[in-house]
Amino acid sequence: MARIIAGVASSHVPAIGAAIDNKQTEEPYWKRVFAGFERSKEWMAEAKPDVAIIVYNDHASAFSVEVVPTFALGCAAEFPPADEGWGPRPVPVVQGHPELASHIAQSVILDEFDLTICNKMEVDHGLTVPMNLLFGSPKQWPCPVIPLAVNVVLYPPPTANRCFMLGKAIRKAVQSYPEDLRVVIFGTGGMSHQISGPRAGLINSKFDKAFLDNLSKDPKKLTRISHLEFMREAGAEGIEMVMWLIMRGALDDKVEETYRFYTVPASNTAVGHIILEPKTRSAGKSKRPAAKVKRAAARMKSDIRRSK
Amino acid sequence: MARKQQEYDDIPGTFVFDAERSRQGYGINMFCMSLMKEANRKAFKANEAGYLKQFKLTPAQTEAVLKRDYNRMLELGGNIYFTAKLGATDGHSFRHLAAVMTGSSQDDYAAMMLAGGRSAEGNRSKSGRFKPSVLVAGAKATAGRSKSKTRSKSRSKRG
Repeated sequence: MARIIAGVASSHVPAIGAAIDNKQTEEPYWKRVFAGFERSKEWMAEAKPDVAIIVYNDHASAFSVEVVPTFALGCAAEFPPADEGWGPRPVPVVQGHPELASHIAQSVILDEFDLTICNKMEVDHGLTVPMNLLFGSPKQWPCPVIPLAVNVVLYPPPTANRCFMLGKAIRKAVQSYPEDLRVVIFGTGGMSHQISGPRAGLINSKFDKAFLDNLSKDPKKLTRISHLEFMREAGAEGIEMVMWLIMRGALDDKVEETYRFYTVPASNTAVGHIILEPKTRSAGKSKRPAAKVKRAAARMKSDIRRSK
Repeated sequence: MARKQQEYDDIPGTFVFDAERSRQGYGINMFCMSLMKEANRKAFKANEAGYLKQFKLTPAQTEAVLKRDYNRMLELGGNIYFTAKLGATDGHSFRHLAAVMTGSSQDDYAAMMLAGGRSAEGNRSKSGRFKPSVLVAGAKATAGRSKSKTRSKSRSKRG
């Protein structure tokens, strides 16, 4: 039986990808951001998932305004990086897991989530930046990936609650897959940011922190956040955080927070990152994850001071 | 033809890309998508007004594109992820465009972001009439409300 061994959330700021591609990760501004993912990369290297399901959004790369699927599941064997106007990112082609992906599609559709199936799809920074943050920059990605693209560009995106429920359906689908696979699920995007209009630059660390706290302890509360509230509090583009709830819905009700990182800014955005694991592990099967790392909780101010 | 008012139009400095704007801005956004190809970027740069004639743009939309009036493009149905491709054609990043849309210099905008960004305080609502966030308000109330107390008790029993 396949099972979900952890949930990971991470922002997917395009400038982070550009910093990696242009080898600027050691510059003080960027070092502050990348330092927050060092332990996460170690954790991931030790967790060694067989498959990653990555919930992300496309930014007018694979989908223009011609076709806007609310939920699109990548069932292809591979997903090439998209040309986002600067040439495709120099990252490896993302290998898919068509068998598990189609199993998930069948299962959740019969559970009344009407997914779009993508058998050919290019993937943009929304998917590949979190992969770099958690897997580093290897010649080949360490595991196959099932991309789940969520519309958060054309209003309205799916509701927070709908996303959470889809996560639950995905969990059920994974658990009914016969092969013994260890799966990590990513929620990406956010946290607070607005990149459009005169209010661009909005950051709400208080909201972000409350979101992270509740993501661990009381995700049901987050499912009641309306779109209006997301946009008002966390910026027009901060609404991306609904995608984190798909990840959270796919985990146990009770989870252990293994790691957290938060810093402002990366370009226009508050960078948030969290790793959540089940509280109970089936004995003997999985070893304890990497040495438990202390929370690097919201240390935005000291981080900024150091980066200057 | 006035825009139908939506509750989110109360958020200051924000153009939500909804169905109405998407319909109105289809031409702008498809023009921006065409800039994903190098050959089209060149053709556009060589003759901007001529290139735009291939797309169904209103005179106001054409003017906004030619003047690089990014806020106006959003108001007329452009979406930032699409208009950013026009920005990229000019060699500009998202952050550069954000500074332009806020009317700040690049340096001032970068400094604001480094200092923690634009605060939500005073930037939530035009009318000042809005429901406070369930999230932040709820977090505050945790200590006082009996309901959440009961919940945490039952949780500790189980755990």
